[in-house]
Amino acid sequence: MSSDILVDIEDLHFNYDGRPVLQGINMKIPRGKVVAIMGGSGCGKTTLLRCIGGQLRPTGGRVRLEKHQVCEMSESELYRLRRKMGMLFQFGALFTDMNVFENVAFPIREHTDLGDEMIRDLVLMKLEAVGLRGAHRLMPAELSGGMARRVALARAVALDPMLVMYDEPFTGLDPIALGVIGQLIRKQNDALGATSIMVTHDIHESLLIVDYIYFMNGGRVVAEGTPDEIRASKDPLVHQFVYAEADGPVRFDYPAPPPAVEFLNRGAHA
Amino acid sequence: MPDPLSPFRKLGHATVERIWRLGFAARFLFAILMHSGSSFRRLHLTLREIYFSGVLSLLIILVSGLFVGLVLGLQGYETLQRYGSTEALGILVALSLTRELGPVVAGLLFASRAGSSVTAEIGLMKATEQLKAMDMMAVNPIARVVAPRFWGGVISMPLLAAMFSAMGVLGGWLIGVVFIGVDDGAFWSQMQAGVDFRYDIWNGIIKSIVFGFAVSLIAVFEGFDSVPTAEGVSRAITRTVVTSAMAILALDFILTSFMFRGTS
Repeated sequence: MSSDILVDIEDLHFNYDGRPVLQGINMKIPRGKVVAIMGGSGCGKTTLLRCIGGQLRPTGGRVRLEKHQVCEMSESELYRLRRKMGMLFQFGALFTDMNVFENVAFPIREHTDLGDEMIRDLVLMKLEAVGLRGAHRLMPAELSGGMARRVALARAVALDPMLVMYDEPFTGLDPIALGVIGQLIRKQNDALGATSIMVTHDIHESLLIVDYIYFMNGGRVVAEGTPDEIRASKDPLVHQFVYAEADGPVRFDYPAPPPAVEFLNRGAHA
Repeated sequence: MPDPLSPFRKLGHATVERIWRLGFAARFLFAILMHSGSSFRRLHLTLREIYFSGVLSLLIILVSGLFVGLVLGLQGYETLQRYGSTEALGILVALSLTRELGPVVAGLLFASRAGSSVTAEIGLMKATEQLKAMDMMAVNPIARVVAPRFWGGVISMPLLAAMFSAMGVLGGWLIGVVFIGVDDGAFWSQMQAGVDFRYDIWNGIIKSIVFGFAVSLIAVFEGFDSVPTAEGVSRAITRTVVTSAMAILALDFILTSFMFRGTS
């Protein structure tokens, strides 16, 4: 494996209750880049992210992170590896019994022996980077959705990880917060020299900040490219996604029998 | 045409499901015990849970203990006076509380007040991905969240049961001696002579430790195993209260049958 590839995914399969969710995923995530994994809801993006983090064991294939085979690691080995990873969850997943300061301090307190003064300085620096130093005494319930996401971002990068994963970082945000979070993801990645994997379906914000994009549909990678290649793509799926069209290869309707069959067989459901 | 074997299949499925959950609970207990070292090394985590489960349950325990003691005093006096042995009121109140009512009623109250709250907290942490986030931060949720709450409950329960019994004795004294007029000296001296530390009090303490262990395990397990939705957490809380009550009463019968065989 080339040393400039941080995450190498080969022929990854994952089944849930016998239903295939991932069907032979191949991806290479280069160091220092921000890579987006896109696709409609339920296409397996978050499952893929959890396989990379070792929270789910795939049913086939390999995930290699640096020199580690993630799928073959024991729990204690995974925990050692995760100290070098950060993750931003869809709604922040802040600890509701701790204030903003303690949330960001949590990974530092758990994994280092630093003194209170040092932890205080580190936490305030991280919060300053996301513009929330003044909010360090607030509780999570007092934060807006965008603020909570920024606190979660500060917590995800608290230990200066080599890999940061973002699970739907733009969901439910207003346009201003969305732009701020997008810029923060890019700046944090470049400032820390980290690598970022972002699972999202917000195409327009992603095209502005990422280096490379993978498109997934039905548990497979169906398209990939740089933002310019994606914009110029003639692939029907990519075109449908970029221009938010109802008609295309991605079905909007949940599979169902034809209406005539459904309505004429009313008695069968009674 | 309906399948005639369907009820049997459902019964079999439900049985297998129950046995599977029991096995999962046993493995979960093993994991808690394996990760309990950190709960005691980082004592402040366990002390915090003792505060939430124990100290904050004090009010309901003390008030309930007082009322149970008052009722015991009234009912006991009413029965004892028929046989002219009202001075035995002290021993009746004390034995009822230390052997049975203290551990059992305190256990039921503890399950409703603290057990349900622990299940709700862990269940909501699961529903809002806080446990997953902790796991991704290389912090084991069983060591950081579950084990301190489990041991907080196990430690709190016998202390609460002791306070319940003490308050109940005070209630019995209040109604019997202060209001009805039973002799003060007879009340206390009969109690002192009739209550054996090892046989009565120690067995009561063992019961309350067993109940604390059972309720705490049920509470943390139901929270951790809950379906991460509003409905799932609400069902888990209900299961905690119902299963704990059943477990306390069943365990009480088993323990009583081993401890008290009418030899004393």
